[in-house]
Amino acid sequence: MLPASDLQAILLTLEVAALTTAILLGVGTPLAWWLTRSRSLLRQPVNALVALPIVLPPSVLGFYLLVLMGPNGTLGQWTQAIGLGLMPFSFRGLVLASCLYSLPFMVQPLQTAMQAVGERPLEAAMSLRASPLDSFFSVVVPLCRPGFITGTVMCFAHTVGEFGVVLMVGGNIPGVTRLVSVQIYDHVEALEYADAHRLAAVMLGFSFAVLLALYAYNARRRAGDVR
Amino acid sequence: MNRFLRRLSALTLPACICVSTQADVAQVAVAANFAEPIKAVAAELQNTTGHTLAVTLGGTGKLYAQIRNGAPFDVLLAADSDTPARLERDGLAQPGSRFTYATGRLVLWSPDAQRVDAQGVVLQQGRFKRLAYANPKTAPYGAAATEVMDKLGLSAVLAPKLVQGESIGQAYSFATTGNADIGFVALSQVLEGGRLKSGSMWLIPQGLYSPIRQDAVLLRHGAGNAAALALMQLLKSPNIKDLIRSYGYEF
Repeated sequence: MLPASDLQAILLTLEVAALTTAILLGVGTPLAWWLTRSRSLLRQPVNALVALPIVLPPSVLGFYLLVLMGPNGTLGQWTQAIGLGLMPFSFRGLVLASCLYSLPFMVQPLQTAMQAVGERPLEAAMSLRASPLDSFFSVVVPLCRPGFITGTVMCFAHTVGEFGVVLMVGGNIPGVTRLVSVQIYDHVEALEYADAHRLAAVMLGFSFAVLLALYAYNARRRAGDVR
Repeated sequence: MNRFLRRLSALTLPACICVSTQADVAQVAVAANFAEPIKAVAAELQNTTGHTLAVTLGGTGKLYAQIRNGAPFDVLLAADSDTPARLERDGLAQPGSRFTYATGRLVLWSPDAQRVDAQGVVLQQGRFKRLAYANPKTAPYGAAATEVMDKLGLSAVLAPKLVQGESIGQAYSFATTGNADIGFVALSQVLEGGRLKSGSMWLIPQGLYSPIRQDAVLLRHGAGNAAALALMQLLKSPNIKDLIRSYGYEF
């Protein structure tokens, strides 16, 4: 059985990942739709911005967040003014950082799915006098189900696997910001290899199971399409 | 690919050769608190001997774990005396090469000039939100900070406000960005030319924590490295001690 400190880290990690995924479903869906449909000049710059966390080292993101969310940073001054206090070393701050970090993992699968929908179903819905909102929820969302599933799963798993940003803005506080990845790092640094092994095995098992489930789902769906 | 490799080696080989004929490079693992002084020490070493240092900074515990796992360091400048001793017991360091190159001082520091008083009353009053320190499991300065809080009977009160850096370097960065109002850091991090760079500090009395005796040790990997041997020599010389002292260390 895992010790209490490991269980606490696991629970906290799941909490951060679930909250991040929920927020990104809300934010990512309209964003992905806009990126699919818009003819704005801003479209490609926004596309690039969304993809940035994939290519940026977490240290860059972590460093900017630490400075921006600090008392002298724009974001920090704003969060203090509205009474939220400072973000670093807090659960909220960690969720905010995770949302930035995992954004492309939600938006990109959605975008791919939405592009695949094409014009025809929407034209059909319009000719039946469906409002844009109605046609979005009754036509686009059901057709994009695989995209939503992939986005949700990848976003959740990716947040669970987050390390660098957590290390830089978390402050390693038990029960608040000490996530599994940081806990493992701590064990390794202190040469507590038995503890590190136990927790690392949990992470490995979890990540493999998630990816396996996702691939199995996608394969079954594709087989279904052919039939 | 092959052509690329050939080109690469054509470019780098002459560089390697000329380095080895003139002077050696030592890979040095350095405790984070010594980040500033090591630059001056490296410059001095290069001026006097031509040898250069490739410095890796980190918490002492982390560097120890890396050395245990085969990291190719020639010298370790630790933030304690236990780690070098342990490396010697592990057979990873040259026996008898250990010596104290500096004794560190712990301070309570804030970037805010008004925040910390010279007696450290601020710690009792608790008028701050976050207190940064280094991971006590792996950073000797973090362990010293824990000792101070224990001795003052404040551990329980302060616990909810603690934020932990993985080394004293990260603890300092948490404080200097203002994300933590105050922090336990190394005196060497806040001094410049013997004076407080900015902010306010409490120089914590030696009686509140065991002396931070920082030992250097020649590692097995560096046994035949001229630059490593020269560095060990240099750290024992009187003029380098004055230089190290100016960063707030004692002997």
